[in-house]
Amino acid sequence: MVAETKSKSLSITLRVWRQAGPAAPGGFVDYAAKNLSSDMSFLEMLDVVNDELTMKGEEPIAFAHDCREGICGTCSCMINGKPHGPGHGIATCQTYMRSFTDGDVIVVEPFRARAFPLIKDLVVDRSAFDKIIQAGGFISVRTGAAPDANSIPVPKPDADLAMDAAACIGCGACVAACKNASAMLFVAAKVSQLGLFPQGQPERDSRVLSMVGTMDSLGFGNCTNQYECSAACPKVISHDFIARMNRDYLRASVRATFKPASASAAGGGG
Amino acid sequence: MAKLDSKVPSGPLADKWRKHKTEIKLVNPANKRKYEVIVVGAGLAGSSAAATLAELGYKVKNFVFHDSPRRAHSIAAQGGINAAKNYQNDGDSVHRLFYDTIKGGDYRSREANVHRLAEVSVNIIDQCAAQGVPFAREYGGLLANRSFGGAQVSRTFYARGQTGQQLLLGAYSALSRMISAGAIELHANSEMLDVVIVDGQAKGIIVRDLITGEITRHAADAVILATGGYGNVFNLSTYARGSNVTAIWRAYKRGACMANPCYTQIHPTCIPVTGDYQSKLTLMSESLRNDGRIWVPKRKEDRQKPPATVAEPDRDYYLERLYPAFGNLCPRDVASRAAKRVCDEGRGVGETGLGVYLDFADAINRLGEAGVRERYGNLFDIYHEITAESAYQQPMRIYPAVHYTMGGLWVDYNLMSNVPGLFVLGEANFSDHGANRLGASALMQGLADGYFVIPYTIGDYLAGQKPGSRPSVDAPEFKAAEDNVRNATNRLLGINGREPVSHFHKRLGKIMWEHCGMARTKEGLEEALKLIPALREEFWATVKVPGSAETLNQSLEQAGRVGDFLEFGELLCLDALKREESCGGHFREEHQFPDGECKRDDTNYGHVAAWEYQGAGQTPLRNTEPLNYEFTKMSVRNYK
Repeated sequence: MVAETKSKSLSITLRVWRQAGPAAPGGFVDYAAKNLSSDMSFLEMLDVVNDELTMKGEEPIAFAHDCREGICGTCSCMINGKPHGPGHGIATCQTYMRSFTDGDVIVVEPFRARAFPLIKDLVVDRSAFDKIIQAGGFISVRTGAAPDANSIPVPKPDADLAMDAAACIGCGACVAACKNASAMLFVAAKVSQLGLFPQGQPERDSRVLSMVGTMDSLGFGNCTNQYECSAACPKVISHDFIARMNRDYLRASVRATFKPASASAAGGGG
Repeated sequence: MAKLDSKVPSGPLADKWRKHKTEIKLVNPANKRKYEVIVVGAGLAGSSAAATLAELGYKVKNFVFHDSPRRAHSIAAQGGINAAKNYQNDGDSVHRLFYDTIKGGDYRSREANVHRLAEVSVNIIDQCAAQGVPFAREYGGLLANRSFGGAQVSRTFYARGQTGQQLLLGAYSALSRMISAGAIELHANSEMLDVVIVDGQAKGIIVRDLITGEITRHAADAVILATGGYGNVFNLSTYARGSNVTAIWRAYKRGACMANPCYTQIHPTCIPVTGDYQSKLTLMSESLRNDGRIWVPKRKEDRQKPPATVAEPDRDYYLERLYPAFGNLCPRDVASRAAKRVCDEGRGVGETGLGVYLDFADAINRLGEAGVRERYGNLFDIYHEITAESAYQQPMRIYPAVHYTMGGLWVDYNLMSNVPGLFVLGEANFSDHGANRLGASALMQGLADGYFVIPYTIGDYLAGQKPGSRPSVDAPEFKAAEDNVRNATNRLLGINGREPVSHFHKRLGKIMWEHCGMARTKEGLEEALKLIPALREEFWATVKVPGSAETLNQSLEQAGRVGDFLEFGELLCLDALKREESCGGHFREEHQFPDGECKRDDTNYGHVAAWEYQGAGQTPLRNTEPLNYEFTKMSVRNYK
């Protein structure tokens, strides 16, 4: 039987990237955080540090966060050089101080990628991800036009695999972990999820071409098969989806070249 | 005094919605593009409404304070979504879902609204499946179901433990599609800080850009608020840290009535509180109660013993004992109060004594560890991250926490508030869950409102507005509202006191939890009504908000929201004080049966209380809308 774990106290030095805005110069600043409970989450530790800064009349550290349970994808930042910190398969908000040792120096930086410009301190702009989804990360179905849900059976293995891909929280850790700042894992996850469903087939080719094209145009790099993305992903989404997307992309490219299109693609009549 | 006309159509219950849809006014397709609709919020209700209205041809502006619409807090819902599909052939029907929801809400919701919710529930599943939402499936490829509290059928559809995420991403994909079509203008990082009323109708909003600090005016023909619940008035809750009451509170101060704010849901299965620094509480999905058994030791002396050493006859599986028909799957309010009672008796477990066990040993014996992992693996992982304990090896420790708010802005059957042109959807309104919401019904309501109700009902209002008649943002009402927002911002920055905002939020949360939590008394509420105004005064005298208004300033955002909670909390307590009965999530110790169950007073309180703002420092007016039950008999809930 495992006993209830007792909390311990620890003190650490926080080395944080501070930058007032995109055009302002940035730099590391050290803060001492003392007598923390090991049961505290990493973000709760930042809350405590920020309250102390506020009381001293200094501006608190800006950091992105919301749900604090690893599902909204808002929290970001590099902790000791790793997106979302030392844990495997968790987000920054699910990192607890028990992962650190008394006396540690913890280095905290924003995600670095050209497509994620810095806003302030640890906060970056990830709206590029929204633009990629807008480029085709959907199945075009008007509200009210759907057939009965059970009229489209989906083999369980396909549905399960689609769910593995759909678990993406859009945090951008994959981009931050990649030396090329590639968004391939993010794009591949959505392309694969929708491509695994029968209802995703009509737009399968146009979706992958459009999403990949948009990704490229937004300044994300390409994939060179290092798989750092999957290793950093808080939902451990497999890089196999990238291979799947590459197959889809190749097939769609070939079909786009050779497939005759109807001359009257747009309707009209009546 | 506000006029509260519910506009519930006449006729048999099952025909009301169909009949209403055929009778309300329509806007012709060519005219739709002449109307602009503002949607605030992008959770399930907001994004589904924005996408659907844009599909219909309306020009939509969507405002969200998050950096992306995909991050709205609907994303965190774990367990599932109810729908009366009867795919399990276990006797489900629209009527049963209606009845369970009415009964689960302790007979404090509107019959017609709830019936409509049950009717459209089946369309939601169709819509989401067509969007590519990866629902759990059986080997034959058809959709799987599980059971949730307050029901004796399996009608809950789910996507592992991430149903809210998957449904929200489905709605977000529909929203994204319409953004790329140019039909929706998305404003992310944009917080609504006031509603603009022109000639008594909602015609616009004032927004602060959270990145640049810029304050802008936006006019529209109608305004939809889908801004979620106010549970963070308790500070510690399962809500996201950013969830707030600000949008609906500011609408309240512009004349929209706030209905039943005291109906707050305390979820029975959350990870217990550990320390003062804590910023949030994490839910362990209700779905766990399908296979987990809740118990505490029978004797106080055993409460610190390792659970495995407490012999079977010395354990009290109190929900199975008290509610044999529903057992561990009784409704949330019932399960939460039962947990509180056994802890008050000194039998609570864990360091603080505020915890009960949720034990999977039987399930592991029956299904094997792999079987349990397949169903709940991600929840067990979350539990392990937070507590460093393995629920495969020892029972989880859980305790109730604030999770949802049934109250919200008053709306009629068309989801319009008493302010014409101001519509309220999802958790932000009060309409469908009465005094207690059943599990897997929040997702259902959010999407019902957005996909299948508002697209019809907004037409009835807009058809009465002349196309092109919306006011210009240069109208004096817009300027006054903008000045109001600017002054509030400058006032917060100018106090320059010594205490960070979080200190006030924590203190408010303690007052609320202690005096207006799972059990409420007249004395406690009266005490809270003294403490809250005093705390509010202290806040406005000594809060420290560093930085400027012209940049990203999270302290300023938080200060504005906590400032509103400090006002709203008072109204919540006042509502709880004036409702002299117990019902659902509102439990007044003075009003209970000898066995501790809720004692309602249908004669005197079988109504909705809708509070009307009377100005700063004035006691708000308590309007009532009688709940006329035509088809169901208000009876004592029985889960035994």
